[in-house]
Formats: sequence, structure tokens, C-alpha cells
Amino acid sequence: MSLLAVERIRAGYSEEVDILQGVSLQVEQGQIVAIIGPNGAGKSTLLKAIFGILRPKEGRVVFDGEDITGLPPETVVRKGMSYVPQVRNVFPSLTVQENLEMGAFIRRDGFFERIEEIYRMFPDLREKRHQKVGRLSGGQRQMVAMGRALMLDPKLLLLDEPSAGLAPAMVEMVFEKIREINRRGVAVLIVEQNAKEALKFSDHGYVLAMGRNALDGPGQELLRNEEVAKLYLGG
Amino acid sequence: MLELFVYGIVLGSIIALGAIGLTLVYGILRFANFAHGELMTAGAYVALFFVGTLLPRLGIPNDPLSPFSFGWRMVVAFPLAMAAVAAVAVLLDRVLYRKLRQKGSTAVMMAMSALGASLILRMIVLILWGGDYRSFFPGVLRPAVELPLGIKVRPDQILILAVATVLVVLLHLFLHHTKIGKAMRATADNMELARISGIRTERIIVWTWVIGGCLAAAGGVLYGIDVQIHPGMGWNFLLPLFAAAILGGIGKVYGALIGGLVIGVLQQLSTAWLLPTYKPAVAFIGMIVILLLRPQGIFGGKD
Repeated sequence: MSLLAVERIRAGYSEEVDILQGVSLQVEQGQIVAIIGPNGAGKSTLLKAIFGILRPKEGRVVFDGEDITGLPPETVVRKGMSYVPQVRNVFPSLTVQENLEMGAFIRRDGFFERIEEIYRMFPDLREKRHQKVGRLSGGQRQMVAMGRALMLDPKLLLLDEPSAGLAPAMVEMVFEKIREINRRGVAVLIVEQNAKEALKFSDHGYVLAMGRNALDGPGQELLRNEEVAKLYLGG
Repeated sequence: MLELFVYGIVLGSIIALGAIGLTLVYGILRFANFAHGELMTAGAYVALFFVGTLLPRLGIPNDPLSPFSFGWRMVVAFPLAMAAVAAVAVLLDRVLYRKLRQKGSTAVMMAMSALGASLILRMIVLILWGGDYRSFFPGVLRPAVELPLGIKVRPDQILILAVATVLVVLLHLFLHHTKIGKAMRATADNMELARISGIRTERIIVWTWVIGGCLAAAGGVLYGIDVQIHPGMGWNFLLPLFAAAILGGIGKVYGALIGGLVIGVLQQLSTAWLLPTYKPAVAFIGMIVILLLRPQGIFGGKD
């Protein structure tokens, strides 16, 4: 049984227009799965529909054997899934440590051990833990955003464009962290503009176009696929 | 002059209690609660009900706790008034504001409905207690004591300042050292991310109204201890409350505190030259002048 199964989801921001027109995908236990595709294909919308920020009009989302279709985000997070939005993904007026505390809001125990693990994974954050996140650099904010989502030991982490707007050196660091998180047993579903890089470390990739599944396959295979290369990987 | 400054600080601390609640609600809901002044009025009248009607029947004595003008009745009535107004604020949100929020009403519709709610609350007070000026303890002598530098103040006023300070310190501890308090600040920062983190934001909203209601009631009761109460008092406070909250950078708790003190002092100092009737105008002119110099408010801008 898949950890996450999305079945023919239709969703959109208005009554009339459906951004997603019947998208399906699966994430297996411990996998990294990438969603790629052109702007406007509905990649971010898909993550929102999975996490309950957007209510699907049709289709099902099954997580860990449970139907979570249409549950609100504050309930979905309690099932063991975390989500890092692309923008506005930190609490700017709270300190680094407070941001991590909010990530652990629903956690009952093991808070101090977990925050130590997060600081070990992102050593920069330990130094800045009493600073307001609004004053940090873009890369550091992205670390706070990921650290917040990881405070729960999720089974599945949803990442929306984690490398967007970062300097090349930071992009490399973020990707390395994603691999590290995955090595610790967290499945990752990632939306990425930087498709080539993302596919390199993904077990499976889905290409979305116009709100539909265009193509899918193992990451390495998609990298070699001529059609994908021409359309989405920049030749 | 120095004396007026001290009176201004006392008035300012009362304004600040209202303005902090106003700014907290705005920070979470992005909603200007024009009924906030009436929560102050409600607090004052609930306290009047306890000290003037209910507690005397229960046989609680009225002897003032020297050197203050009030006794045990007020000590009991004060927290009860806070609790009652917190309940009123939560109820108002449940039956009115929350329904409008869920329908996705515009800011203007929300503001107008708040204006309507303020009228209803004021009329209820008017029906129940009439339109006269009332004192919590009519006929009690309220002698002033003289502080250094020849400043004459009543012990009541010193107590008002002390109570306001304690409440603000408690609020600070709540916001920075409790899980709910931190979740409240997180929700004000980014409500969607708060929900993504598992914070049940509807509960945070209830907490916000409880705190806003408690502080408004406290402000109203303290004002009644300082002077007299009447059904229009909250309405008269509305302009200074907004001036204080905007001056401090709307949504900022400490901004509202400083804003309240600035507005209170400006209002009292103005009485050296102007009729007290002009006080609300002074609050607004003060606000406009400071905003011309610092458009984002004293504490506004980036975090």
C-alpha cells in the first residue's frame, strides 16, 4: 500500500475553473517523488489540495491507509504529514526557536530531543535561535521553514519549490538537506522548478501539464527521456 | 503642568488597555472592531451592577480600603466584570463576526457590522441603567495626596496605574512564555501557516477575544474608579483607542501601549490651553502629526 495515493483530483480556486483536472500520483514509503512541469501546470495547487488548504471537488487523497480528502490542514498535520509552502513559510516576528516550537505545536513529548536534532541538522539555526526570523537571509529562512515542518517527525514532507529565489550555493545545500532528511526515513514529495536537479535524486517523477498527468517514471528514466528533456529540462 | 502629565499617564494607561485589545484583534483578524469602546462601557456597568446591586445584597461591606475610595466590593467586582465582558466579546464573535468572516465579507461590511454592534451594546446599557452619569461609590471622599515636586494625585490614580501595569506585564508573560500566547503571535503573523502547523486558529481567535474583552473591561472599570461612568463613555474612547493603536503601528501590542500613553498625555496636557471637550480632537491631531513624521507608526514597519 502506498504511503500517499492521490486519485483523480479536481480542484481550483473558483467555482468555474479547475486548475487540477483529474491528477493522480503515488508516494511509497521512504521515497523522494518530484513533481515537475511548466508554470501554471498546477504543481503547487496539487500540494495545497493534498494538504487540505484547497478542498478537492472530486477525487480522493489517501494517506497511510486513511481517506483524508478535504480534511482541514490542522487535521492533516496530525496524521503525520508536514508541508512547507513556497512563500510565507515562516513566522517572521517570532524567533527561530519559537518558529520551531510552533512546528511542534501538536507534539506531546520529546520536544527538546527533537529541537536538538534540528539544530544538529541546521547548525546555523542554533546560533540564531533567539533572533527574529524576519531578519534572516533567504537561505536561513528556508532552513527555518524546513526545520519547522520537521519538528513533528513526519512520515511525509511536502516541499513547494524549496530552492526558489536562493543563491546557487544555497540551492545545493537545500538539496543536500532534502537527501539527508530522506535518509532518515522521511518520504518527500517535492515540487521543483529546477527539474533536472530534482529528478537526479528522486525515486520517481511526475510531469504535470495543464492540470493533468503528462508522464511519469523513475527519476533517472525521466532525465533520459528526450521529450521531457526538450520540454522541461531546458534541452 | 507636571500634574497634568501624571494625569495623562493615568488616562493613557486606561486608553492603552483598550488599544491593546483593539490591536490584538486587528492583528489576528485584520478587523477594526468599532465596538471595542462599548466593551469598556460594558465592563464599567457590569462592575456597577456588582458593587451597587448584587454585592450589597450578599452583605459584602462597603467600607473603603483606606486610602482608596473603594472597598472589597470592587475587589470582587473587578475580575467578575472582566470575565463577563470576555464572555460578551466571545459571544459577539460567535453570533456576528464569525458568521461574516465565514461568508468572506469585505472589510467595510465587517466594520459596519461592528458599528452596529456598538450601537446595540450602548443601547442595552442605556435601557438597563439609564443615561445619567454614575459613580461606583457616590459620596465617598477622595482626598489627594501630595507627591514630591508638588504633584497632587489621588491614591486611586496610583492604583489605576499599578493595575494597568500588572495587566500589561501579565499579557507580556502570556504572549512570550506560554504555548497559547506564542501560537497567538504566530497566528497574527501568518494564519495559514499556523493552521499548517496544527494550530486550531478558531480557538486562538476565542483567546484573542477573551483577552481583548478582559483588558477593555479593566480599562472601563478603572476609568469609572478615576471619574464617573456613562453609557457614551466607550464611544468617546473609540477615537483615542484607534489613535493609540494606529500611532503604535496597528497590530503591535507594545506600540498600542506607548500609543495609549502618548495620546493620554497629549489629551491631558491640552487641557492647560483648551476646553476638555476638545480632547478627542487632540488625540487625532496628535496622531496625524506623528504619522506625518513616521507614516508606519512609532513601532510599525519591518520586524
